[in-house]
Amino acid sequence: MTETYVQQFEKFSGNGGNEAPSWLPRVRRAAIERFATVGFPSSRDEEWRFTPVGPIAQTDFRPALGATLTRDALQPFLFGHPEWPQLVFVNGEFAADLSVLPSLADGVRLGNLATALAIDSGLLERHLTRHAGPEATPFAALNTAFIRDGAFVYVPADTAVDRPIHLLFVTSPNAGGTVAHPRNLIVVERGAKASVVESYVSLAQGATYFTNAVTEVFSGENAWTEHTRIQRESERAYHVGLTHVDQARGSHYRSFTLAMGGAIARHNLHVRLNAPAIETLMYGLYLTRGDQLVDNHTAIYHDHPECNSWEVYKGVLDDRSRAVFNGKVFVRPEAQKTDAKQTNRNLLLSSGAKVDTKPQLEIFADDVKCTHGATVGFLDPLALFYLRSRGIPPSVAQKVLTYAFAAEVVNEVALEPVRRELDRLVLERLGYPI
Amino acid sequence: MLEIKDLHASAGDKEILTGISLTIGKGEVHAIMGPNGSGKSTLAQVLAGHPAYEVTAGQVRFEGEDLLDMQPEQRAQAGLFLAFQYPVEIPGVTNAYFLRAAYNELRKARGVEEVDPIDFLDVLEEKLKTVEWGPDIMSRAVNAGFSGGEKKRNEILQLAVLEPKLAILDETDSGLDIDALRIVAAGVNKLRNPDRSFLVVTHYQRLLNYIVPDVVHVLVNGRIAKSGGKELALELEARGYDWVDEAAGVA
Repeated sequence: MTETYVQQFEKFSGNGGNEAPSWLPRVRRAAIERFATVGFPSSRDEEWRFTPVGPIAQTDFRPALGATLTRDALQPFLFGHPEWPQLVFVNGEFAADLSVLPSLADGVRLGNLATALAIDSGLLERHLTRHAGPEATPFAALNTAFIRDGAFVYVPADTAVDRPIHLLFVTSPNAGGTVAHPRNLIVVERGAKASVVESYVSLAQGATYFTNAVTEVFSGENAWTEHTRIQRESERAYHVGLTHVDQARGSHYRSFTLAMGGAIARHNLHVRLNAPAIETLMYGLYLTRGDQLVDNHTAIYHDHPECNSWEVYKGVLDDRSRAVFNGKVFVRPEAQKTDAKQTNRNLLLSSGAKVDTKPQLEIFADDVKCTHGATVGFLDPLALFYLRSRGIPPSVAQKVLTYAFAAEVVNEVALEPVRRELDRLVLERLGYPI
Repeated sequence: MLEIKDLHASAGDKEILTGISLTIGKGEVHAIMGPNGSGKSTLAQVLAGHPAYEVTAGQVRFEGEDLLDMQPEQRAQAGLFLAFQYPVEIPGVTNAYFLRAAYNELRKARGVEEVDPIDFLDVLEEKLKTVEWGPDIMSRAVNAGFSGGEKKRNEILQLAVLEPKLAILDETDSGLDIDALRIVAAGVNKLRNPDRSFLVVTHYQRLLNYIVPDVVHVLVNGRIAKSGGKELALELEARGYDWVDEAAGVA
């Protein structure tokens, strides 16, 4: 309930708020005021029409506290690369003892936001909440009000980080009934190169809790940024996330999001192209079952000419689960020579599953190439017959074709260990036909 | 090997096969020719168990077993293979995986141990030569983005790997240029042996210059209007299908 969070805020700003740099309390205060005004979205709100957040709004979640975990407990989430730089957060709180912070190239800063706020206040003030403001969504306002900790990644100009950086958000087994608001900032400066993996995982399978995350990304001129977001919360948890990306001239940003957890899971990916000659790739995969509801809202803002964006989101839905896809492409009058392609494809494994998909193109320039397509369907009977005609039983053929459908987008993940892990997750969900 | 008796089959309300009887002996190569819409491809697909067709009457025995009683995968496991006219693209599954999965399913059905990916490479090495291909093709997704010729070659590669008792080639020559046709036909000829039978469905005589049949059947309006030796194909090439049509009408 809205009042619960306002009360939590007053308590929080009395404690944690004191450590913050002077500019932050004002930002938080404005955010809680905004949240108190707008409240949780209702289904009358077009942006939330298919995703009723009542169960989130009506639960009194208590603020999450950190917990002690062992490194062993994290093993399943490390892609077989425990040596990668890692920032580990348990229930939203930084766990220094579980994190791996090797020395990286000169000037690279990798740590938790709480610490960075104390020592890098100037840099943070230039970026934090400047990309994803509290007005983006009601949940972003709520997150902003509770900014305390999260991941901070800074890659200075003309610097390449040679290994992927893993931001790992774990919910501990006893964290049922809690809410965490992780806030992350990734800054990749001019000519720099970085690959960041952001995972939301759970050791509290079967527990109901609420993760409300916001990640801000700045990709500087000619920077190259790969961003992989993996959402594997408990299937009874609630997960709401906003990723906002600001791209500068000539930069390349590629995103891959996997969503397979959560009772209700919503992710907004907003990418703003702030200059010409930008390239943006957005791939997504969602796998749902049971009564899960997974919602992806993407928005790409072509504000300048000669930018390319390419988006493919795919979903595999089983049982009575539901998925929502909304893909907005805004092309401003000055954004001539825009090349934007968007695709959303959904595979239903059960007649009880349902998809609401809506491509939304708003194009105000005339010399552009913009296409979109959305499909919802069952497995192709001809493809099934083809496999069966080669001796493969229908139960296996179905799984192989489902895997194939998902693999097409998984194959776009550039990092091989991550791709292999995603592949494994898809196969595990399908019962290893391959 | 294959014995078809008075086979009738429909797609929806439309009867396409109107009483086909045909017997193929072990090691024999039979060609089925006929004008468009005569039911050639339907016959091929019905034999493989295509779900779009319903068999309304007749019998098919394959190696003495009731073929029509078997599911498509059981027909494959029993040793029947259909080379598709329009092979299906399966993006996301590699040719290597697909072939090994099929190969192992057939072995499982025979009670033979499955092979692992490494051992399967040895199996493949020799089979790839059948269609003059290098190993690169195996890491590509099944038929995805393949040219028409590559798709047909891939069907013949599957034939080579799966070693059926009866191979049905459904218009394998359609859409092939002369080089691809030569490779595909040479592949088929390498796979001919005294224990393996072929049913070659084609619209044109051209393919039969390369794959020389023992018997040629002409299908008109869903039944066999005429059968003969390989010279019948040449006659059809010279005179077209109309005269058979008329002859069948008289008969």
